[in-house]
Amino acid sequence: MSTTVIKIENLHKEYRLGVIGHGTLYRDLQSWCATAMGKEDPNSLIGHTGKGKVRDRILALNDINLEIENGEVLGIIGANGAGKSTLLKILSRVTAPTKGSIKAKGRIASLLEVGTGFHTELTGRENIYLNGAINGMNRKEVSRKLDEIVDFAGVEQFIDTPVKRYSSGMHVRLGFAVAAHLDPDILVVDEVLAVGDASFRKKAVNKMKDVSKGEGRTVLFVSHNMESIKNLCTRAVLLKEGKVINNGPTEEVIERYLTSVSDDVNKYAGERTWNMDNAPGNDVVRLMAIRTKNEKGEVCSEFDVTEPVLIEFGYRVLKEGHQIASIIEVSFANSNQVAIRAVDDYSRGPWGKQPAVKTGFYNSTCKIPGNLLGEGHIIINLRIFSPPFAANLSEQVKALNIISFTTTDSMATNGSRGSYPYPLGEALRPKLDWQTTRG
Amino acid sequence: MDSKDTNKWDLYIKPKSGWFNIEIGEIFRYKDLILLFVKRDFVTFYKQTILGPLWYIIQPLFNTLVFTFIFGKVAKIPTDGLPPFLFYLSGTVVWSYFSHCLNETSNTFTTNAEVFGKVYFPRIAVPISVALTAVFQFLIQFAIFLGFLSYFWYKGSNINPTIYIITLPLIVLHMAILSIGFGMMISALTAKYRDLAFAMSFMIQLWMYLTPIVYPLSQVPEKYRLFILINPMTAVVESFRGAFLGVNSITPQELLFSIFLSILFFISGIVIFSRVERTFMDTV
Repeated sequence: MSTTVIKIENLHKEYRLGVIGHGTLYRDLQSWCATAMGKEDPNSLIGHTGKGKVRDRILALNDINLEIENGEVLGIIGANGAGKSTLLKILSRVTAPTKGSIKAKGRIASLLEVGTGFHTELTGRENIYLNGAINGMNRKEVSRKLDEIVDFAGVEQFIDTPVKRYSSGMHVRLGFAVAAHLDPDILVVDEVLAVGDASFRKKAVNKMKDVSKGEGRTVLFVSHNMESIKNLCTRAVLLKEGKVINNGPTEEVIERYLTSVSDDVNKYAGERTWNMDNAPGNDVVRLMAIRTKNEKGEVCSEFDVTEPVLIEFGYRVLKEGHQIASIIEVSFANSNQVAIRAVDDYSRGPWGKQPAVKTGFYNSTCKIPGNLLGEGHIIINLRIFSPPFAANLSEQVKALNIISFTTTDSMATNGSRGSYPYPLGEALRPKLDWQTTRG
Repeated sequence: MDSKDTNKWDLYIKPKSGWFNIEIGEIFRYKDLILLFVKRDFVTFYKQTILGPLWYIIQPLFNTLVFTFIFGKVAKIPTDGLPPFLFYLSGTVVWSYFSHCLNETSNTFTTNAEVFGKVYFPRIAVPISVALTAVFQFLIQFAIFLGFLSYFWYKGSNINPTIYIITLPLIVLHMAILSIGFGMMISALTAKYRDLAFAMSFMIQLWMYLTPIVYPLSQVPEKYRLFILINPMTAVVESFRGAFLGVNSITPQELLFSIFLSILFFISGIVIFSRVERTFMDTV
C-alpha cells in the first residue's frame, strides 16, 4: 500500500538578481540617494542605465508539481542551475518558497552537507550529540544509536578526541554516520556520496539502499553522478530551468538527460567560431575557433574508430606576461566521466619555465590517434590555463562541451577488434600487445 | 488525493505570511539542542582560552576597580551612601549579563550563517541558548559579588539586603527577555547590514551610560529622570541594588512599566526575527 508522503504543488522560488542590498548600510544609502536624484546607481553590478527600478528576477523554480510516495527513492537530476538545490533547500526549510506549497508527512531530515555544525573543539562523541540535535533528534534517540553511529563511521578509538584532530576523511564519515542514523521518515540528500574513499562510498550507498528498502523510508537524492542515481533510485525527475521536464523510471530519465546534454553539443559538430563579443575566455585569452578535422585536413564530424581525429583550436592572447598551456578532455556522451585528459605538449622545457606568450593569434592542434576511441558520441572540453599554476587555479578559458563528433566502427580489421565480428560498444580501444603461449 | 487526506499532513511549507511564525511547541521539541548549544559554548570558551572561566572574574573586577577610581575617587559621584566598590560591582555584574546577551544575540544570523544555510531548526534556539549560557557567567560573577557583599557587611558597612533577594531569578529573566528581544531585532538588521555589527559595541557602551551603573538613579535630575526610566535596564539595575544593598529610588509603577516595555521589546524581537529567518539565506 503506498501513500503520498510529499505533495509539492505549484511551487515557485524567485530570486532577485543584482540589487538585493549591498551588505552595508552606507552603500544602500548611497544607491538610494543616487537613484532618488536620477543618477545611475554607483553600486549596481550590471550596467543598468534605467531608473534603478529595474530589478532582474530569476525563477529558480517555476511551477513544480510533484507527488512522492512512501518508500520511493527519487533521484533529482539536471544541469547546474536547473533548480535542484533550491528544491532541496525549500524541502529542508532552509529557505521559504515564493509561491506554492509543500505538504509532507513525517519528519524530514536533510543532508545538504555532512558534518554541519561540527565544532572542532568538541570530541567526536559530543559532536554526535550536537549534530544529532541540530538535525532534530533528542538526547535519548542519539544515545540509543550512538554505538551504531560510531561503528559505522569507524572512529571507535578517537571518539573522545576533539574533532580538530580528525583527518578530513574521518570528519566526513562521522558526519555521514550521524545523518544516516537520523531515522527520519523522509531523507533529503544532496551529493554527499561524492565524499570519502571508495569503500566508504560503497558503504554509504548501501546504507541509503537499506534506509529506503529495508526500513521503507522515502529518500530524495540529488546527484550529478548518474551511476549512483541508477543504483539507488526507483524513479527520477529531470529539472531544467526550474521546471520538471521529465518524470519517470530512472533509466529513461537519465537517458533523456544525457541526450539533452549531447543535443546541445550536436548543434556544434564540426566547426565553431566566435567573434570577440561572445568568445569564451577572459581578458587574457579568448577562444576564437575550434574544429575537428580528419587526416586530410578536412573539417569533419564523423570518424572511423581506426582514424585519427585532429582537434584544432585558435585563440587570441590579449595580454602579455602569461605562459599558456591547454588541456583537452574527451568523454563519451552517455557517461559523464572524462575518459581522456591530456595536457598539451609541454616537454619543450622544464615545467613553468616557458617564456610568457606574446599577444596575437595562436593555433593549436591536438591529434587523437586512430584506434583509441571506441564508437559513440564524443564530447570535448577545452581548458586553457597559465603554468606554472595548476589548471584549475589559473584557468583562462574553460570551454565545457564545446564541440562534439561521432565515431563509427566499420569493422575494419586493422583496429583493436582484429577480426572479431561483433559489437564492442563505446570504450577506449587502443591496440595493445597480446601474447599467448601454451604452457 | 481526496480532500479529507489533507488533514493528516505533518508539515506544511508555504511562503512566509502572518506576523507570528514561531511555534512554541517546536521550541520544546528542540530543548536538547538548546542545552547542547549551551554546553558547546561553555566548553569551547573554556577550552579556547588560557584562563578559561577566570575571565568571568577578572573582567568585572577590573571594570569595578576602574569605575571606583574614576567615578568614585576622581569625579566623586555619590553612591547612595553605599561602599563605592560594592555599588559599582553590583552595576557591573548586572550589566555584563545584559551586554553579553545583547551582543551575542545581535550577531545570530551572521555567525550562524553556515549552519542556517544547511539545516533547519527553530532559529530562536540560538538566542535562547545565548541567554542560558550567559546565566553561568552571571552566576560566577554573582558569587564574587556575594563574597564582597558579605565582606562589607561583616565590616559593618551600611548595607541592608532585603527579602526581595528572592526575586533574583525574576530580575535575571527580565534582563534575559529584554536583551534577547532587543538583540533579535538588531540581528535582523545586521543580517542585512553587516556594518551595524560595529555600531553595536558603541551602542552598548552608550546604553551603559544611560543606565544607572556608574551613578545612582537618585542623582539624576528630575527633568531627565523620565528619559533614564524609559530605558528598561534602569529598573533592572535599581531593583537589583534595592534587593541586595537596600537602597534604590524606583517606584513599583516605574518597575511595572519597565517590565511591560521589556515584554514589548521581546515580542517585537520575535516577530522581526521570525520574518527574517525564513528568507535570510537568500540574502547572504
